[in-house]
Amino acid sequence: MIEQYLPVFVVLGFAALFGIAVVISSTLFGPQRPDPEKSSTYESGMTPVGSTKERVSVKYYLIAMFFIIFDIEVIFVYPWAVQFKKLFGEFGISVFISMFIFLVVLELGYLYAYKKGGFRWD
Amino acid sequence: MNYLEIIVITLVKILIIFTIMMLTVSYLVYFERRISAWVQNRLGPNRVGWEGVLQPFADVFKLLLKEDIVPLVANKPLHTLAPILALFVAFSTYAVIPFGPDITVFGYKVSLVVADINMGILYVLALTSLGVYAITFAGWSSGSKYSLFGGVRASAQMISYEVSMGFSVAGVLLFAESLRPVAIVEAQSGWMWNAVLQPIGFITFLVSAFAETNRLPFDLPEAEPELVGGFHTEYSSMKFAGFFLAEYANMIIASALIVTLYLGGWQIPYIELLGLPSWLTAAIQVAGFFFKVGFLLFFFLWVRWTIPRFRYDQLMSLGWKVMFPLSLINLVWVAVLIMIFKL
Repeated sequence: MIEQYLPVFVVLGFAALFGIAVVISSTLFGPQRPDPEKSSTYESGMTPVGSTKERVSVKYYLIAMFFIIFDIEVIFVYPWAVQFKKLFGEFGISVFISMFIFLVVLELGYLYAYKKGGFRWD
Repeated sequence: MNYLEIIVITLVKILIIFTIMMLTVSYLVYFERRISAWVQNRLGPNRVGWEGVLQPFADVFKLLLKEDIVPLVANKPLHTLAPILALFVAFSTYAVIPFGPDITVFGYKVSLVVADINMGILYVLALTSLGVYAITFAGWSSGSKYSLFGGVRASAQMISYEVSMGFSVAGVLLFAESLRPVAIVEAQSGWMWNAVLQPIGFITFLVSAFAETNRLPFDLPEAEPELVGGFHTEYSSMKFAGFFLAEYANMIIASALIVTLYLGGWQIPYIELLGLPSWLTAAIQVAGFFFKVGFLLFFFLWVRWTIPRFRYDQLMSLGWKVMFPLSLINLVWVAVLIMIFKL
């Protein structure tokens, strides 16, 4: 078990070190001459207009909620998909029908959100 | 095998793949610029070295010697964390992608994949979801409105296409009966490529891969005419280079993933009929894998310089109203295919 996952941890450690090394190297070699104009945010050279403390459209939150709903269904589908051939040989078409019913229920929820205009963006 | 042997073999594999990836990333940038120049009927970089082949190295050294500017209003810890996270995700996903069959080197049986784990696909999906955080942090922590809008758009776009990506992969799992990438490749022997058997899933996955890597026609997060540079507007020096590297590394990962899941990985149909010695067959198969990945990378560049950018509402309705239902249809199609033909 640990033999199988040891390489993964080595890769993750290597990738993290590489990321840190790249970011550190940005301060090592370059000059450091800060001044207030340079340290302001970008606005084509003018004084920045507006701030980031503004309201963001509610549609983004809706999208995030839809994502949580439907992406959890994906996780339910995976174990079924991996076992499908074996179970089909054992129990026949009922394995397919049970998942089909699940997907139909999912689609009903999707159609409800669609009709309510949840995916409309204008 | 004891732990030390495993760590040494893994480190050797990592160094080889890492070198290949870094070289591919640098030359991908070069080819991107040359191909875009060719598409737009101009010359492109051709001054540094022969036909400009040293251009990527010149760019890296230039970025290395630039000042690292952090805006005063920025949230400094998150501003620093974001490029680290982006690089971490981009350079750890390759661990589970197999690029060749098992070979024997000095008596050791070596599999040409860094980590042959039985939940490889879940590992890839988990890490690519982490990539959303890198871009969101970068956008939010910069304290610039362009960065913020780029980051918000990017996160909404990436999570939208992740759903159809997940459902397309489920179709692949139906055939392979495993989450191990090696098993998925082995299930596609001969002409049983998933791209042939489930073309709908192939197309939905391909489009989702474009959206997940923020490439044109889906590069809304950094739409230059309206958002300056998008989420990386306030980044400079090697932090900017980090995002740049991560974007191109993600393209390579996405291409390798498409090849593994849908184009048969390192399998070349009917190569065993030629009766070549096993080492030559393995070498040809590894070369075949890299050829397929290279072609997909060219496809990425080709699409970028051919198709104009989508509008944001078009992007969202494509993701939720077209890609999501199509990936569900693909799932049912694959299940029916298995039940009828007992594949």
